[in-house]
Amino acid sequence: MHERLVGRFGERITGANLEAASPYTVVASDGLLEVAAFCKSDHDFAFDNLMCLSAVDWPKENPPRMEVVYHLLSYKHGHTFALKVYLPRESPTVHTVESVWGVANWHEREAYDLFGIVFVGHSDLRRILLPDDWVGHPLRKDWQDPDFYNGMHVKPTAQMAERAMGGEVIGVGPFDFTPPNRHVEPHGH
Amino acid sequence: MATEVRPADYGWRIEDIDNDEMILNMGPQHPSTHGVLRLELRTDGEIVRAARPHIGYLHRCFEKHAENVDYPGVIPYTDRMDYVAAMGNSLGYALAVEKLLGIEVSPYVQTIRVIMAELQRIASHCVAAGTYGMDLGAFTPFLHLLRDREKILDLFEWTCGARLLYNYNWVGGVSHDLPEGFVKAVRHFLREFDAITWPELVDLLIGNKIFVKRTAAVGVCSPELAISYDLTGPNLRGSGPPRDLRKDAPYSGYENYQFEVAVGKGEYGPLGSCFDRNWVRVLEMRESSKILHQALVRLEKQEKTDVREKVPKRVKPGKGEVYFRTEAPRGQLGYYVVADGVGVNPYRVKVKSPCFTAMSVFHVLAKGMMIADIIALIGSLDVVLGEIDR
Amino acid sequence: MSEIGGLIHNRFGDNLAFTTVDNLVNWARKSSMWPMTFGLACCAIEMMATGGTRYDWNRFGLIPRGTPRQSDLMIVAGTVTLKMATRLKRLYEQMAEPKYVISMGSCANNGGPYWRYGYHVLKGVDEVVPVDVYVPGCPPRPEALLYGIMKLQERIQEDRVLRRKGFTLGSLAGAAMAPEAAK
Repeated sequence: MHERLVGRFGERITGANLEAASPYTVVASDGLLEVAAFCKSDHDFAFDNLMCLSAVDWPKENPPRMEVVYHLLSYKHGHTFALKVYLPRESPTVHTVESVWGVANWHEREAYDLFGIVFVGHSDLRRILLPDDWVGHPLRKDWQDPDFYNGMHVKPTAQMAERAMGGEVIGVGPFDFTPPNRHVEPHGH
Repeated sequence: MATEVRPADYGWRIEDIDNDEMILNMGPQHPSTHGVLRLELRTDGEIVRAARPHIGYLHRCFEKHAENVDYPGVIPYTDRMDYVAAMGNSLGYALAVEKLLGIEVSPYVQTIRVIMAELQRIASHCVAAGTYGMDLGAFTPFLHLLRDREKILDLFEWTCGARLLYNYNWVGGVSHDLPEGFVKAVRHFLREFDAITWPELVDLLIGNKIFVKRTAAVGVCSPELAISYDLTGPNLRGSGPPRDLRKDAPYSGYENYQFEVAVGKGEYGPLGSCFDRNWVRVLEMRESSKILHQALVRLEKQEKTDVREKVPKRVKPGKGEVYFRTEAPRGQLGYYVVADGVGVNPYRVKVKSPCFTAMSVFHVLAKGMMIADIIALIGSLDVVLGEIDR
Repeated sequence: MSEIGGLIHNRFGDNLAFTTVDNLVNWARKSSMWPMTFGLACCAIEMMATGGTRYDWNRFGLIPRGTPRQSDLMIVAGTVTLKMATRLKRLYEQMAEPKYVISMGSCANNGGPYWRYGYHVLKGVDEVVPVDVYVPGCPPRPEALLYGIMKLQERIQEDRVLRRKGFTLGSLAGAAMAPEAAK
């Protein structure tokens, strides 16, 4: 399959890994829409289903990159394949494949929400999982939890961390109130 | 090409809507939604002109946790995504990591996994059908199905100690072996299920004229729409295509069992309606019962191995990635596990949840319905928000 | 029921009951708590099971109501996310006094298994509403939830309705929040 894509698109294909458990081909980001449309319309490929669209952040690679992985399935023939696109980490953009597979709409919104990848041509690019006024893109590897969001703690407090790590103060909260229960003796601690 | 995205550009504004229309909010707390789902409806009286689902009220950062705990430690988090059908989630993840490591478990463990997955499928469809009836106003089938689901949960609790979230399917095996007398207990349950529960469900709920009228012409989804929006599982089979991963790409020994793939037939209305999707679930319960009978027979013939013998002491796959999909009760659950070969934590775990894609087709199907039919539509898609939001 | 000895003790057989108004009011309140089902995640399934036929909560007087206006108990079952927390607070404020909150499950208690890396998880529902009873577990068994409800009933029985001076918040935990307001 990779050979066929290389034969057709030549310079747009920039790499591949065919021995992985799920083999993939790397496509240059500006050629993605054509390759995707070809994958769907071609008779031998007939990838009519986009199974999953994931984004992965590789800050420590050389050069640092962000990947968008498209896992494709053909209901007609029963085979699967994957396409990858490598994007730069600062302001990553790629064209949307919403016109090819309708399900990409929500998948791309999620990738934008959690990674900050902007999909050009998307009809409705809003945050989908996080609140609309959230700042930042949490699944990036360089994400730090903020202390507060609208007055609520986001980063776990030092008290929680200490308790989880074996500190002994149990049952202390902002509303710790134990009334005397005249029917029952307090259980031994 | 602007790289800045402004949410206000995409929202519905009051000035834009017609004079007769109103924007109605079915908020995240609502007795009829299957979790915290917010629906923004633009309605003209009772008829919905446009619907927009808002999710994310249960986003629990599963993928961030998966990057920070080690491979076996992710399994409790996978349970909590689709909490109604927890065995299926951990099975998918365990199989994905086993593929990365190249581990093949013994047939005995495979049969145990199939038994647990099918029992869980019956339990999950009990909840699905029961809550669907409850949404439409039929309270009694819900109580009956919950009572029968308690029997299944008793079996699970007997095996591994937990009723709802089990941490059962481990990488390389399962956590507890089946106890003495388990096979007899499952056979007893199946006897009751085949003779009483299933016929009662069909009698009480599915054959009910009101139920049929409320669901048979509602939410019709054509096969092309279903495939393009990646509906899988009962949602897809209700529209016609007999695609079932247990037959198309079998895993964990499913190729050894004879069962049929349930598809919607469109008996009471157009093919692909809410009734068909629900009917597929009900039929699947019966097919699961068939598989369980066969699996029990197989289990007795196989030689017992230690269920934890292939569990590695330290899960550290080399650099690689895999996308593995299984047939969860809600559809095709896919795990994309990326390993960087360096640490004991996965580098990235992305879950493709079937309800996420099922929800994405909602705005297409909801046009032109009445508000009461919206409830029927959500119930028929059988969404669990924990899986959508992860 | 408190004992009143003296003049009328044992004069009228079993036809008269003596109690304080506080006890009567508390008994009425605790015996028919109507929860607003705030089922969010996995604990909601266990809450449904508690309402089912095996662990029936109707025998305690609990009838689930969908709306906060008609309920006096809010069982927060499941993980509260930051996006949901504002709605939670709003629904709590829409309930009428006296109102009680049971925090069910470890996610509602303190963030649960998501406490460490959950950037979108509220670390405990007591950051936004005052909680009366915490039920631990992940998810808590239905018997544990029933035990939590029974504990809340015990505390309601202790409540001082008529004898409390001044202005306080209606719930028990709310009373603890502002003990000095009883002026």
